[in-house]
Amino acid sequence: MDTIIRITIDGIECMASRGQYIVEAAKENGIYIPTLCNYPGVKPKGSCRICTVKVNGKLMTACTTPVSQGMQIENNTSELNELRKAIIELLLVEGNHFCPSCEKSGFCELQALAYRFKVMVPRFPYSFPLRKVDASHPKIIKDQNRCILCKRCIRAVKDDKGRSIFAYRRRSHRVEVGVDAKLGKLLTDELAQKAMDVCPVGSIIVKEKGFAVPIGERKYDNKPIGSDIENISVSKH
Amino acid sequence: MKTATIKIIEKYKKDKTRLMDILIDIQSEIGYIPPHAVSQIAEELHMSEVDVEQTISFYHFFSLKPTGKYNIYLNNSAVATMMGRAEVAATFEKELGIKFGQVTADGMIGLFETSCIGMNDQEPAAIINNLIFTKLTPFRVKEIIRDIREGKRVEDMFYASYGDGKNATELIKSVVSNNIRKIGPILEKKNKPGEAIKKIIKMSPTEVIDEVKKSGIRGRGGAGFPTGLKWEFCRMAPGEKKYILCNADEGEPGTFKDRVILTELPRLLFEGMVIAGYAVGATEGILYIRYEYKYLGQYLEDILDKAREKNYLGKNIGGKKGFDFDIRIQYGAGAYVCGEESALIESAEGKRGEPRDRPPFPVEKGYLDMPTVVNNVETLCSVVKVILNGGEWYKSFGTTESTGTKLLSISGDCRYPGVYEVVWGFSVNDILDMAGATKSDVQAVQVGGPSGAIIAPNEFNRILGYEDLSTGGSLIIFGNHRDILADVVMNFTEFFIEESCGSCSTCRIVPSILKKKLEKILNARGVMQDIDDMVEWGKILRASRCGLGQTAANPILSSIKNFRHLYEEKIQKNKSFDSGFDLNAAVKESCEATGRVPYI
Amino acid sequence: MSKPILATTSLAGCFGCHMSILDIDERILELIELVEFNKSPIDDIKKFTKKCDIGLIEGGCCNSENVHVLKDFRENCKILVSLGECAIMGGLPAMRNGIPIKECLEEAYLNGPTVVGNTTGIIPNDPELPMLLDKVYPCHEVVKIDYHLPGCPPRADLIWEALVALVTGDEMKMPYEVIKFD
Repeated sequence: MDTIIRITIDGIECMASRGQYIVEAAKENGIYIPTLCNYPGVKPKGSCRICTVKVNGKLMTACTTPVSQGMQIENNTSELNELRKAIIELLLVEGNHFCPSCEKSGFCELQALAYRFKVMVPRFPYSFPLRKVDASHPKIIKDQNRCILCKRCIRAVKDDKGRSIFAYRRRSHRVEVGVDAKLGKLLTDELAQKAMDVCPVGSIIVKEKGFAVPIGERKYDNKPIGSDIENISVSKH
Repeated sequence: MKTATIKIIEKYKKDKTRLMDILIDIQSEIGYIPPHAVSQIAEELHMSEVDVEQTISFYHFFSLKPTGKYNIYLNNSAVATMMGRAEVAATFEKELGIKFGQVTADGMIGLFETSCIGMNDQEPAAIINNLIFTKLTPFRVKEIIRDIREGKRVEDMFYASYGDGKNATELIKSVVSNNIRKIGPILEKKNKPGEAIKKIIKMSPTEVIDEVKKSGIRGRGGAGFPTGLKWEFCRMAPGEKKYILCNADEGEPGTFKDRVILTELPRLLFEGMVIAGYAVGATEGILYIRYEYKYLGQYLEDILDKAREKNYLGKNIGGKKGFDFDIRIQYGAGAYVCGEESALIESAEGKRGEPRDRPPFPVEKGYLDMPTVVNNVETLCSVVKVILNGGEWYKSFGTTESTGTKLLSISGDCRYPGVYEVVWGFSVNDILDMAGATKSDVQAVQVGGPSGAIIAPNEFNRILGYEDLSTGGSLIIFGNHRDILADVVMNFTEFFIEESCGSCSTCRIVPSILKKKLEKILNARGVMQDIDDMVEWGKILRASRCGLGQTAANPILSSIKNFRHLYEEKIQKNKSFDSGFDLNAAVKESCEATGRVPYI
Repeated sequence: MSKPILATTSLAGCFGCHMSILDIDERILELIELVEFNKSPIDDIKKFTKKCDIGLIEGGCCNSENVHVLKDFRENCKILVSLGECAIMGGLPAMRNGIPIKECLEEAYLNGPTVVGNTTGIIPNDPELPMLLDKVYPCHEVVKIDYHLPGCPPRADLIWEALVALVTGDEMKMPYEVIKFD
């Protein structure tokens, strides 16, 4: 079997390797496909749906779909970008995202995507759910107001026995990410930091520090998310 | 109590993939899953507690809090409402002095709502301690409560005669009725059990697959994938073990034909699973049944035992060396989404019923990551007839694209609700005639359940089949006096909100937003833009992972498409914008809190 | 041609957005050349004296008075602009949303750690006071809003660019750096 796979993304011929997911292949070819729930090195889950592309005309998530020979992928189209913008707006109205008071502001990937897609106001009504802030664990705060349920922490953070520290609770719009009461107490500094880093938003915060980087110097203050991947600057688009 | 939990965990050999069974047993033994049980499961299965809880809290019939000694789950489907559910529900609340979602102070009786329980032809219906109570009336409710208060066993609370057919057998003893109205080649009981098995052992597995392919049969769950092809893919897929999963998680509101098959033709179904196993080279089959049908459990286990005695299951089936196949029953615990094949697999592995991303498809990587065929109950039954009578015979029924027959579940405003086996190619009109609906009094028909489409009389000449109106078999008839938007579309939308697994952002969030829009329109605050918004926003759901998510806006989208006038009648003609804001309502709470008289 | 007329207000906001208007620095002189101010805290005109072209709204609606002012703006301005996070999504005042009002009031006036001297245990209820709303509403969930300028506060450059674009009818320049939610 060939190990080199030829695909096209928006008509551009790209080379990829067998077994690669579309998102990774695109990245290697200098093409940015917006993602949110995806995290390098962690099994993809396709829960945010922001990386939705059209594969041979069919909507698929680029983070979970492996490349195959001759795939024709649409990515940077007005239809898909409009869909992505809508999903970002859905996530903004679903929780309580008060950016001005959030430690993660400037590093938050949801916020960064909203900037990139020029979300001035969500088209959907705010739901203002009443959610809890769980500060019962010695090392971390789990702020459910900011959780976007992407499952990154669930997938990436395990203890030394491979047990989950985070997990979904309930289903439907009532779903939330819970922290294991016992294992949460045993979190090492290292794992606590990992959990915070893995969280794309400000839902997992390491206690006793915050706002370390001044406004203006934060990750997404001056450069759009994805611009490190792209050959061409996005401010034109 | 501690030892009880341990015993249950050991019964399933501390196997993490059997978590569903462990939880079902604990729930039925203790009435809920207490914290100490969660700890024990976590410890014995080497999981974290939060990981155990994520499975528990996913399913409707598991509880982390004590429930009643008697638990009443009253179905809240649209047809139940049409058949007088409101009065029944009110009587339950009044007689018990509690609201839905509560347990009486003495801890005796719990009252809960539940999504469609597969009894649409005999609503309003409820499940009480795993037994089904149909055709409820306020009077009957009072009787039931009186019996409960007297401490009667649930099985002793039936006064009327049992249902028809096998519903009356010793091992079922249920008041559920089959309501079989039309029998075709699948439902007729001419053949003896085991006949098809005797036939296939003289054939090679590929010959079996070829026969199935020749028949042209496609999946009866609704998606319509060619069955022979699915089997072939699974047969070809590399894997040390292969599995046949039968999807009996019939959860689409308005569908109940699988219940009737499970009651009347379980041997046919099991034989179909054996044939599938032989064809793809699987040695294990799992019948995944929705928890709502637990009342059939003993009966089905008994039939499996008898099949083993006759060597239709087990080792060297029918005397053919190396032909090993056995079946176990896996119950769900209340989650519509588990009817989606990959969610069903996840659930059968003891996890939350969240659909998987495809590829890989179950035929390559399914149950326990092994090649797996997931087939609908009706598909597997049909396959037995294909083997007995040949693919050509089967193809002689129906149309080119849709061969054979289809079992329909018909309910709503008609004289003869029930199960009909029809040859593909029937029009909706034909069905209305058959079911005894008065055509001049039919406003709409819901084809394929909430995830399907609601159609108007101008489309009643459309033909049922994969080439036109594809359906898993549910048809609900709505008479002229029904309020389609308030009673049907709203009910179905709430159903999708409740049954979303919550994993995809789209399906978790959009339906609730659409519901708010619909409420706004029903409250006479809508404007034309609201209808346009619903159409646009509904499209976002197409980016969801599974069929549930992708179709969650269908009640709204298809009713806007086919019943747009109902929306337009309700919107404000002279306004182009209305935020829906209501100052009177907005100040109510604070005025009450401070004892002030609102002035606007 | 007469100059476009501008009105501004701060509803449930902190006046930070108005501070940001002033942060356009010396361009304020240009602004005065470009527009005429009507009802606004900047010139202290308390009531609309004529119909306006542009209304800038800071803050969301947390009480009945906010709603009346906002509706007044909608009636008197051709274009309404939500200025800043509070107008757009309720902002920090909306952190009370979802919590019963009774609890909020008791925390503020009876039980909170900063409560001193409320010996009578009274929660203010004078009829003169505006009535609190059940939650803090984003402005566009009360009246139609034409444009939204995010930020806490919106950057002065963003406000300037938006005003110039509205007044001149030119397309608005929106460099990446100026759109921020904090």
